[in-house]
Amino acid sequence: MDRPLRKRARSKLNYVVRLVALASTLLLSACISADAPMNYLYPEGPRAIQADRLWDVTFGIAAFVFIAVEGGLIFILFKYREGKAHGSPRQIEGHTKFELIWTAIPAVILTGIAFMTVPVIFDQAREPADALQVEVIGHQWWWEYKYDNGVVTANELHIPTDRPVYLTLKSVDVIHSYWIPKLAGKQDVVPGRINHMTIEATKPGEYLGQCAEYCGLSHANMRAKAIAHEPADFDQWVADQLEDAASDASVQEGEDLFMTGVFADGQMCVACHAVQGSDAAGIVGPNLTHVGSRTRFAGSMFEMNEENLKAWLNDPPELKPGSKMPQLNLTDEQIDDLTAYLLSLK
Amino acid sequence: MAMVTTPTPWFLRRPKASHGIWSWVTTVDHKRIGIMYGYTAFVFFILGGLEALLIRAQLATPEGKLISADLYNQLFTTHGVTMIFLVVMPMGAAFFNYFIPLMIGARDVAFPRLNSLSYWVFLFGGLFLYSSWFFGGAPDGGWFGYAPLSSSAGFLPGDHRIDFYALGLQILGVASIVASANFITTILNMRAPGMKLMKMPVFIWMSLVVNFLLLFAMPVIAVALFFMTFDRTFGALFFAPAGGGDPILWQHLFWLFGHPEVYILILPAMGIVSEILPVFSRKPLFGYSFVVFSGAAIGFMGWGVWAHHMFTVGLGPAANSAFAVSTMFIAVPTGVKIFNWMATMAGGSLKFKTPMLFSIGFIAMFIIGGLSGVTHSIVPHDAQQQDTYYIVAHFHYVLFGGAIIGLFGGLYFWFPKIYGKMMDERLGKIHFWMMLIGFNMTFGPFHILGLKGMPRRYYTYQAGLGWEMWNMLSTVGAFLIAASTLVFMHNWVKSKRKGEIAGNDPWDARTLEWTIPSPPPEYNFAVIPTVTERDDFWHRKYKEDKKGRPVPVPVGGSEEHSEDAEHDAGHGIHMPSPSYFPLVAAIGMPVAGFAVILHSWPLGIVGTVITLAGFYGWVLEPATAEEH
Repeated sequence: MDRPLRKRARSKLNYVVRLVALASTLLLSACISADAPMNYLYPEGPRAIQADRLWDVTFGIAAFVFIAVEGGLIFILFKYREGKAHGSPRQIEGHTKFELIWTAIPAVILTGIAFMTVPVIFDQAREPADALQVEVIGHQWWWEYKYDNGVVTANELHIPTDRPVYLTLKSVDVIHSYWIPKLAGKQDVVPGRINHMTIEATKPGEYLGQCAEYCGLSHANMRAKAIAHEPADFDQWVADQLEDAASDASVQEGEDLFMTGVFADGQMCVACHAVQGSDAAGIVGPNLTHVGSRTRFAGSMFEMNEENLKAWLNDPPELKPGSKMPQLNLTDEQIDDLTAYLLSLK
Repeated sequence: MAMVTTPTPWFLRRPKASHGIWSWVTTVDHKRIGIMYGYTAFVFFILGGLEALLIRAQLATPEGKLISADLYNQLFTTHGVTMIFLVVMPMGAAFFNYFIPLMIGARDVAFPRLNSLSYWVFLFGGLFLYSSWFFGGAPDGGWFGYAPLSSSAGFLPGDHRIDFYALGLQILGVASIVASANFITTILNMRAPGMKLMKMPVFIWMSLVVNFLLLFAMPVIAVALFFMTFDRTFGALFFAPAGGGDPILWQHLFWLFGHPEVYILILPAMGIVSEILPVFSRKPLFGYSFVVFSGAAIGFMGWGVWAHHMFTVGLGPAANSAFAVSTMFIAVPTGVKIFNWMATMAGGSLKFKTPMLFSIGFIAMFIIGGLSGVTHSIVPHDAQQQDTYYIVAHFHYVLFGGAIIGLFGGLYFWFPKIYGKMMDERLGKIHFWMMLIGFNMTFGPFHILGLKGMPRRYYTYQAGLGWEMWNMLSTVGAFLIAASTLVFMHNWVKSKRKGEIAGNDPWDARTLEWTIPSPPPEYNFAVIPTVTERDDFWHRKYKEDKKGRPVPVPVGGSEEHSEDAEHDAGHGIHMPSPSYFPLVAAIGMPVAGFAVILHSWPLGIVGTVITLAGFYGWVLEPATAEEH
């Protein structure tokens, strides 16, 4: 091959290599941007960080293999394309030494990854000492939490910082999967079976999560949130939650409706919902004792405010497909009264 | 001595049509059945693709309002079921049907009428599944149909959607099991003289592995589906925790089928690519025996990795570790194949015809899918990736970038053999580049979406999570794939009508199917060939000089290939005769399926009687009609 031709071929190859490098850099920078609240490549909890370290090593190896093999492929395609002065190719049937090499090298690399991974699997399965115990119960389509200290709440999991939280996972209906990406990998929540997982946050703040196993019509609307507090703030939160619901004379109409009102098809609020310190003791829906203190409701779908709550009470299945809370055919006045009452339950 | 012949009753009379629709309906010719498999699979490919476009349109923007949660769940379930059971599997079967006999030098498969039964059962199983759209909605429990969501009543809307899933897959399973027995027998017993196992084309080897996988994997899902149907129809509680059943039992059974299934989907494409690369490199496959053994190794190891679909179920650290390690090591034989394909091209003289482009695309995309597969095996991080779009990216790189792209390569490669015409190269290249770019635009962003925490099977998502741009990009890519498919269809129709005449051997290829006319005559080989070499046809055309370079054998120098034999061909070759009975036997199955859904004993009896009647007539009818 004459010189200019070879030069041109090389510069073409150079160009392709550079293009590949540029593309993978772009891809990488896009995927590690920290803006996404559920991006688990920016972990915040020790267990998520532990998993992320495994990923960093494995991804590094994979990226190297990717560039080497795809680069080799492109090189072969350029070098051996038809019309370059090779004539008829030699009929080579194989080469045992090469075969052994490219069988052995991946096997060695994978053995390394295996030795790195297995200890972490066992480590993460252990129950940590001195953990806060919380039972997480999956429902179609919301999360219920029962703390060992007696607090019962929904969707938002409050935790202290720097203390492991050992979750005991149960389901009342179908399989769900509990997942707060920045704190820990997910664990399935299986009916008839008790699973465990440990989460922990080092910094106070809100960590978004969601159900990760397809669980029916509103699977996409089964969100969760972990709220980490400094230990002192957490103790305060627990103390507040353990108090009975506040009674406020200004929302008396709403409270009466909630406790005794009978709506469409004989439905009553108290048939499904509990309010601690009152006669309301339903267990089908979320416990509403301090519902007004939560930031979101209905499987963390909606921000907790007057407007959203009114829209919800007006027609729950319209806003959340398949919602177990039925259309109650409430009047506007009833909605106003109930909303005022619920928001007063701080 | 004159035989006394009693007149045949009308219902036992032989079909006579040799042209037109009835000749297709009653055919037992493996080539025609292969073509019917192919077209049917392609129609389902269009349907599954339209479902995907609706899904992508809904997810293009956050809080999409185009389709409801209920419809979305039906669409993603049907998309998965369609692409796996009604597209990739039958498209593989189309290639098995058409090319196994041609490549091993046989005149038909071992059991031609059984072959026809497979096709009709597959068709009716597919139609049965799709009929659900008209009877209260399509299945909406995901292609994996997890218990108890799918197995117990009341967790999903619609009364019978999952019944259509369970019974439809059951019927399709019958087609696969029947076909696998047929192909295994064909490959083992009907090879041309001299074609020892280690002289078989790699495509035949991969077909053999796939059909063994089918033979052993389909009964596992059949048991699981029977349990599910019993739970739903008779309240059997196999999977209901409240009754002492175990939902995890379903997952074990499903994935014990489901993981070998992955290899059922990918190995045919690997076989096809292993045939195409040597032809367009003008070199034999590098490391034939390593490619064959790694294919067989994948077939065995594929049974030991199923619980990597279940790392988050809570099987415990010992089980998770064991399956993590087995998952890592199944990457080794897969890597061996990729290196051998690359070594096949290295040192060759590469012709970038369309089939070659698709084969190279297959390798390039499969590398990505393979590497992301390794990242799933690090269990603590898989607990993050599981059920996110990262997984969706991975298996689309394997099953679309791998299987579908490889199968397209096969269609371009063998179109000239099937129709005797060449496909248009320009349109083929346009198709390839559009599809490759569209594919990467659609599924590349899924990696990033998954790493950013977007879960699968969400009909909607909120804004502000960093997912918007990547979803939009993916949707645009999906429509590009759709457009590329239109180019392919246009090319197919146009080339079939007025493509350049192909001749027997347009690619200067290597295997036996290229020794016979295009399209092949009904009997395939006028004279059954005798095989002396691997890639026998190539060695009839070329011998090697001292440096190992091919030198053409002078025309007429080949003793084995006699033109005369082809001229007076056809006389005295008895081919199996057409039959109605496989069709009759197949019709009974969806009827019985509807009987279960309607809880109707009479309909069940009707379905069973139809199927038994089909088998009865079949038994009484000799495979080959007497000549008159």
